[in-house]
Amino acid sequence: MSEEKKNNLSTSPAESQEEYSLNDDRRVKVLSPGRLVAQRFFRNRLAIMGLVMLIVMFVFSFVGGWITPYGQDEQFSVYTSMWKEYVGVTRNDAVRYQAADGQEFGSLVQAKFVLAKNNNDTQFTYKDIDYTLVDEGGDLYSIYTGDTLVAMAYKDIVNTTDGMPELSFAVKYAAMKAMVNGEHSFTADGASYTLDADHNILLNGEEMGYISRFVVQSKVPGVTITRDFKEALEKALDADQDDFFYNDGTEDGNHEYRIRYDATANVWSVEQETSTYVYDSYAAPSMAHPLGIDKSGMDVLTRLMYGGRVSLVIGFIVVIIETVLGVIMGGISGYFGGWVDNLIMRIVDVFYCIPSTPLMIILGAAMDNMKVDPQIRMLYLMLLLGFLGWPGVARMVRGQILSLREQEFMTATEATGIRVSRRIFRHLVPNVMPQLIVTSTMGLGSVILTEAVLSFLGLGVKFPFASWGNIISGVNDSFVMANYWFIWIPAGICLVITVLGFNFVGDGLRDAFDPKMKR
Amino acid sequence: MRNYIIKRILISFVILIFVTLVIYALVRCMPGSYVETMAIQLSSAPGAKPYDEWLAQLNAAYGLDKPFLIGWASWLGQFFTGNFGDSWRYTVPVIDKFKEVIGVSFIMGALQLVLELIIAVPLGILAATKQYSRLDYGISAAALTGISLPSFFFASVLKLIFAVKLGWFDTHGLVGRNFMQLSSLGQIGDMAMHLVLPMITLVILSIGGLMRFTRTNMLEVMNADYIRTARAKGISERKVIYHHAFRNTLIPLVTMVGGSLPSLFSGALITETLFSIPGIGFTSYTAMLAGDIPFTMFYLTFLAILTLAGNLIADILYAVVDPRVRLS
Repeated sequence: MSEEKKNNLSTSPAESQEEYSLNDDRRVKVLSPGRLVAQRFFRNRLAIMGLVMLIVMFVFSFVGGWITPYGQDEQFSVYTSMWKEYVGVTRNDAVRYQAADGQEFGSLVQAKFVLAKNNNDTQFTYKDIDYTLVDEGGDLYSIYTGDTLVAMAYKDIVNTTDGMPELSFAVKYAAMKAMVNGEHSFTADGASYTLDADHNILLNGEEMGYISRFVVQSKVPGVTITRDFKEALEKALDADQDDFFYNDGTEDGNHEYRIRYDATANVWSVEQETSTYVYDSYAAPSMAHPLGIDKSGMDVLTRLMYGGRVSLVIGFIVVIIETVLGVIMGGISGYFGGWVDNLIMRIVDVFYCIPSTPLMIILGAAMDNMKVDPQIRMLYLMLLLGFLGWPGVARMVRGQILSLREQEFMTATEATGIRVSRRIFRHLVPNVMPQLIVTSTMGLGSVILTEAVLSFLGLGVKFPFASWGNIISGVNDSFVMANYWFIWIPAGICLVITVLGFNFVGDGLRDAFDPKMKR
Repeated sequence: MRNYIIKRILISFVILIFVTLVIYALVRCMPGSYVETMAIQLSSAPGAKPYDEWLAQLNAAYGLDKPFLIGWASWLGQFFTGNFGDSWRYTVPVIDKFKEVIGVSFIMGALQLVLELIIAVPLGILAATKQYSRLDYGISAAALTGISLPSFFFASVLKLIFAVKLGWFDTHGLVGRNFMQLSSLGQIGDMAMHLVLPMITLVILSIGGLMRFTRTNMLEVMNADYIRTARAKGISERKVIYHHAFRNTLIPLVTMVGGSLPSLFSGALITETLFSIPGIGFTSYTAMLAGDIPFTMFYLTFLAILTLAGNLIADILYAVVDPRVRLS
């Protein structure tokens, strides 16, 4: 500003080394009205600030989007390690039953058995049948009627090795009996089995099954728990470890497992560390992404640049639409007067009375329901905002033209026989230009605000496209509001700077165009 | 004067009828409306009629099967006889719901106006009397900043600072969790606490306009001949400003404030929604999204009436305050 001032002042002394006479024209610097306006504008500090703000935002939005290495909807993903529940382990503390082949041992008899066991009886009766119960030790009970073995009750469970045929009752019974008696071999079904120290049941050196008190259930669909894993897990459980490593033999099968014990449910849950490929949602600002990453894995800074484009372009198009409509309607109304004026002004009144925000909300919701394509939706949005905005411009133009058309130059145009349309748009409207420029500049700010409000409410510009309003709408999630400032604060600041820039410049222009202003 | 008022009221009436026509057209165009949603719900019940039959039945029940113009005419007839219909969303008569929620909105509006006047008018005068001073620049910049702030962003920032970080206020609602246990005085205090952030939002965003309005008009008056005369007479600057200048600035000020009186009832749609304050704005927003035609129609018409009333009051006050103006 000061530089401009100096330029204007310095022109005359620099050139005029020789003395001019008092009435010499060269002593006076003559400025055109346009130059005067520009001079007044550039002397206004706020206006200059506004201009700088606008230039910065324009460069940011239009050049920035071109420089940034990322695309508008490029999504970034990341490998994260997550603890996923892998298996649940329960220690079997309930008595289980298995009836011998061809025998029955229903739940009512089981209840009778529990009663007898708890009373330390060796006999119980159900439905006139006498049962004898033999405590084999180690939580194994054999139940007989007479001399026939009816069932066994047990807590240690005989599991079949993967891929081996199901073991028969006789084998299971014999194996368990061998285990409680501390024996290492037994015969059942005519074959002789070995029971090793780890309670594996071997037939001719081949593992057929194993005995264990733990029940292991897979929590991941489609994953069968291998024997190896179970053994590693049991070892860890016996050693009271919190975590252990296990390699299932495949290439990236080495995982860490974490054991958590839930005392109330008496369950160990084992979690596996797995790495998952997910959107890098809400990543904090870093060198690669100065403003972090948003919910859908997109770079916030890049979104801001593209959002600025959308907001500014919408602002300009809307203002152009409303100015053109307003000038035509206001010009016609003001020039012709009479019933034309009356009619147009009543239309303007009707438009003034239609509450615009609720209207846009209703239309936005309607477009949501019709699933309008986001791009076409943006077009509708511009048309609608423009269509709702023209009455203000029309009123202003009409007011100016009403007074202008009474002036002499209009009589002159009439006398020279110039066409009516030319009279309105070539002679009257240019005289309204200053006011038009001011209202349009201020209007740009308010249109951008309106668009932002609608996008914020989710009714304006829609997701694949960014706009400052819909970037800020992330704040509707209160978790984002409280924890991820970098998602929404920068967009808000961009919005405020832009609107403020338009308002400062508009205000400066208004002062500059006003001939009554003192400076 | 009386003829002028009568003429204006009649014109307003005609404008209102056209406004309702436009509003009705838009509201009726709403697809995926309440009725359709309800028909989907009803038809998905086991053993229910198909969707189309439900839709037809519901449309008939709600009077939506009639042609648009006839529907509008019957709505208009009902409206002018004072029957505003039943809200679909809230399942009570529209007028009952309106009476229930308008109080909060009015209190907020009135508080906003009072605070606005207390803050903006003195600052505007100050800026005008010290034109182009640092103070003037500061006030003008602050006013423009207030106008430029997006309400939703400003409200979110306030919430983040005062509700989340400092924990002084709640982020949502009009009453706290322990509202029912409070004494009646405590209940009022609780509501007041919940209104602090919304009121700050509303006032900060609106003082800018009034401040600039005051400043512009004050500047215009300060350039008038009678101010120069007053100064020439040697009256103290204080008296010049507050006795001669400010009184004349009051003419446009009173006109504007009078014209904005009806809008005390219009509710702050965005702010109320952001803070979930159950005023007319938030209630209507919910109704609009639910496709509640009777409530939406009522609210939009109500807003239109308020605008018309505001214009009328402003014009009349203009003549009342300024004896030079004669209405014809």
